[in-house]
Amino acid sequence: MQLENTIRKFIEENFILEGDNRLGEEDSLLEKGLIDSTGVLELVAFIEETYKFKIEDEELVPENLDSIKNICQFVEIKLSSTATLQNRITAAR
Amino acid sequence: MLLQNFLEESAYKFPNKVALIHKGERLNYQQMDEKSNNVARWLRSQGIQRGDRVAVFLDNSIESVVSLFGILKADAVFLMLSPTLKTQKLSYILNNCQARALITHTSKLYVVSGIFGSVSSLQFVIFTGDKGKIPMAHCPLPIFWDEIESWTQHSTLHTQHAAFSPQPHTLNIDLDLATIIYTSGSTGNPKGVMLTHLNMISAATSIITYLRNVPEDIIIDVLPLSFDYGLYQVLMAFKFGGTVVLEQSFAYPYKMIKQMVREKVTGFPGVPTMFAILLQMEDIKKYDLGSLRYITNTAAALPVEHIRRIREAFPQATLYSMYGLTECKRVSYLPPEELDRRSGSVGRGMPNEEVWVVDEYGNRVGPGIVGELVVRGSNVMRGYWGDPETTDRVLRPGPIPGEKILYTGDLFKTDAEGFLYFVGRKDDMIKTRGERVSPKEVENALYALEGILEAAVIPIPDEILGQAIKAFIVPRNGYSLTDKSVLKHCKKQLEEFAVPKVIEFRDSLPKTSSGKIDKLTLKQEIEDKARFTLLNNGENK
Repeated sequence: MQLENTIRKFIEENFILEGDNRLGEEDSLLEKGLIDSTGVLELVAFIEETYKFKIEDEELVPENLDSIKNICQFVEIKLSSTATLQNRITAAR
Repeated sequence: MLLQNFLEESAYKFPNKVALIHKGERLNYQQMDEKSNNVARWLRSQGIQRGDRVAVFLDNSIESVVSLFGILKADAVFLMLSPTLKTQKLSYILNNCQARALITHTSKLYVVSGIFGSVSSLQFVIFTGDKGKIPMAHCPLPIFWDEIESWTQHSTLHTQHAAFSPQPHTLNIDLDLATIIYTSGSTGNPKGVMLTHLNMISAATSIITYLRNVPEDIIIDVLPLSFDYGLYQVLMAFKFGGTVVLEQSFAYPYKMIKQMVREKVTGFPGVPTMFAILLQMEDIKKYDLGSLRYITNTAAALPVEHIRRIREAFPQATLYSMYGLTECKRVSYLPPEELDRRSGSVGRGMPNEEVWVVDEYGNRVGPGIVGELVVRGSNVMRGYWGDPETTDRVLRPGPIPGEKILYTGDLFKTDAEGFLYFVGRKDDMIKTRGERVSPKEVENALYALEGILEAAVIPIPDEILGQAIKAFIVPRNGYSLTDKSVLKHCKKQLEEFAVPKVIEFRDSLPKTSSGKIDKLTLKQEIEDKARFTLLNNGENK
């Protein structure tokens, strides 16, 4: 929930949602007219900085980034794989 | 010959060839033709008459392509509106051209709902997308796309029984309007560029000639169809019987690259901002883009360094640098073999078109002298919708009695062999990302923000955008404004390309003797600063 709130807050503060309709969890950011190629790069920079991992060029696809739900799932997977990697490194030492 | 004949003839010649690929769907020419015939019949059944304006407010989609051909087949005039339009401008445009119908998507309801009641000419609104998303109270008489498609089956059945020509009967000739494309006007309100069937067929034919397109060509189109460059990819491909891979946007470059690999794309039209992003991608060379035959660039000139790197990243492809404006679609292209010798040039006029540079009296000037570019050709528009005064300023008598040629308002010079070099704009319009932006429109948007006492918008040089938009702002006493708050406000009011890139707060702005904001002084400051930076850099080396 914390994760979703952080992402939602960033999107609502930085991209413009016309009218008073709330952004649904599965709404496409592209179709809602919220994001373009520059917007995607801003979003990526925010996620990288907040969650301390690097997003590879190849991961810049709508499946990972085009809705709040997709972003949350993607960040969770990335965080858990980074955590696993960290554990392995610690174990190896 | 009419524009929709492009589709009809390809459907006759290559019925089973794939015409359009979009979001995993593949439609052949026959299917595209049948779908648009049905839209045409449906529009007619609802009373749409020859010459009526029908607006399409959709993201790139199968429905947007089917709609445009359907509208043409009904002898009506199509408008492809930018999917990023805001309510106010949408309402202005629909009122300005007295649109009779609007085709849109349920995801656009947040913009569209604001126009109901304010556009009296509008008789019905067609929605594509998810039916459940429409609160009926919002929209008078909504019609859903699938109702038209099911109406379709009924009419096809009818056609089979009647055994007459499947093409709707047309009255139009090639002097009739095919489209109106809205572009920024100096007053701040957009102007509708009227283009006839002949205008568009001429432009498409010239471009196909120099790109040497063949039916085997597969074009990736990530540009919005509301942008004539994006629209013509579809029109041209349908003329030569090629295939269009239509993407919704360039927002996810890797998605586009993967599509290019999967579909063995041969033609890639782009703009400088897209190439700048692609050139930042580290592993682009690992993708197999061996089928890519050509790349085109327009909107703004590419930086010389980017030309070099694009050719390095895509050695298999030929690069065409081009230039144009909505009023005549395309003006010029640089033959690829000239790229090394004249990388800063946008080339020469295209086939079946004449272009030259004139002084303030309309006399042709020689090489090296800056003047206004004029264009003569069947591709030149019929004028601005409902604005004969502006039309007369831009379309003026040409060499043959009765003919009109286009005064572009763009300043150019030529070299000894007649190749064109862009210098700037004659008026104070800003040319950014290839879009003309009226400083007035941006200033109006800024003044709508409480807390802004004075605002002045001017262009600054930008390597990628051509020109970028800079706003000088004097805040009202007691208001604290930030870049972020101003930009957020602008994004609500303006289309993406018209939002300022740089904001500078000042305590006051220079004034002329008549008390107006003195933009020339502001421009001079920027030029001086640029020269100073250049000098300093020179000394550092």
